[in-house]
Amino acid sequence: MFRSAVFWALAVTAVAAGVAVFRVDSMARATYALAVSFVAVGAALLLVELHYVGIVTVLMMVMEMAVMGVYMIMFMGMNPALMPMSMVHDNRRAVIAAVVTFLFLAGGALLVQWPERRGTPAADTTAALGGEIMGPKMLVMLTVSPVMVATIIAGIVLTSPRGRYDRLGEDLGGRPAEDPQPGGVGR
Amino acid sequence: MTLDAVLVVASALFSVGLYGALSQQVVVMVMMGLELMLNGVILAAAGFWWFLSPAPTGQVLLLVIIAAMTVEMAMGFAVATLLHRTREADMTDMAADLSG
Repeated sequence: MFRSAVFWALAVTAVAAGVAVFRVDSMARATYALAVSFVAVGAALLLVELHYVGIVTVLMMVMEMAVMGVYMIMFMGMNPALMPMSMVHDNRRAVIAAVVTFLFLAGGALLVQWPERRGTPAADTTAALGGEIMGPKMLVMLTVSPVMVATIIAGIVLTSPRGRYDRLGEDLGGRPAEDPQPGGVGR
Repeated sequence: MTLDAVLVVASALFSVGLYGALSQQVVVMVMMGLELMLNGVILAAAGFWWFLSPAPTGQVLLLVIIAAMTVEMAMGFAVATLLHRTREADMTDMAADLSG
């Protein structure tokens, strides 16, 4: 009973904050609303004993939203990050698509006869997760790790203000590089 | 608290995110919509894990979803930075070269 009451409170918070993301006046407020939605979902994960995943979700998303807030204030030219704004296109079709999707997914959730629960959760779900990713599911982590490294490299390549193609031309044949500032280690 | 209830809430989060991803013009707001959709996916996966098969394998799937969310955000920020640097654009309509 207590768990249900807490879940519904968190559910209403998560959905209301999610709606607020696209209803509030400024992007800074939208960022905070999205953070609240994620914190509510993270807390809901704690309710079902997903301690590690719930805490990771909360910590990661709060940090991510902080970065997003700074990012928007940095890059928005006319600074709508702090001012009232409404920048939407094709609003009617987007609303229809969202409502149809909700009816489809929620209808499926309510109509499907879900099977009975099989098994019980481990006494310490965090330790069980650790044992799993360091044991039989290690391949998953071995796959995620290079993807993360590739993401870091791709992020640097995309955001770098001056790459090798800028310095050496599209065919990389423009040696010596006409650098306005010498780079490298002086060799 | 039942699986049905969890999935209905997850559906609501996913649908609100879909609305944002389709309707918003600012690149960062589109990313927020995508994040909200993944928020719903996380909740649904947690519901399936708890109510159907609370084995550790399900938790690994949740970690993969969170990793996917991280990659999406990092690449989204990088592409938005590139767009801003190369053409002073922060709206999706200003980067519609490939549409149509």
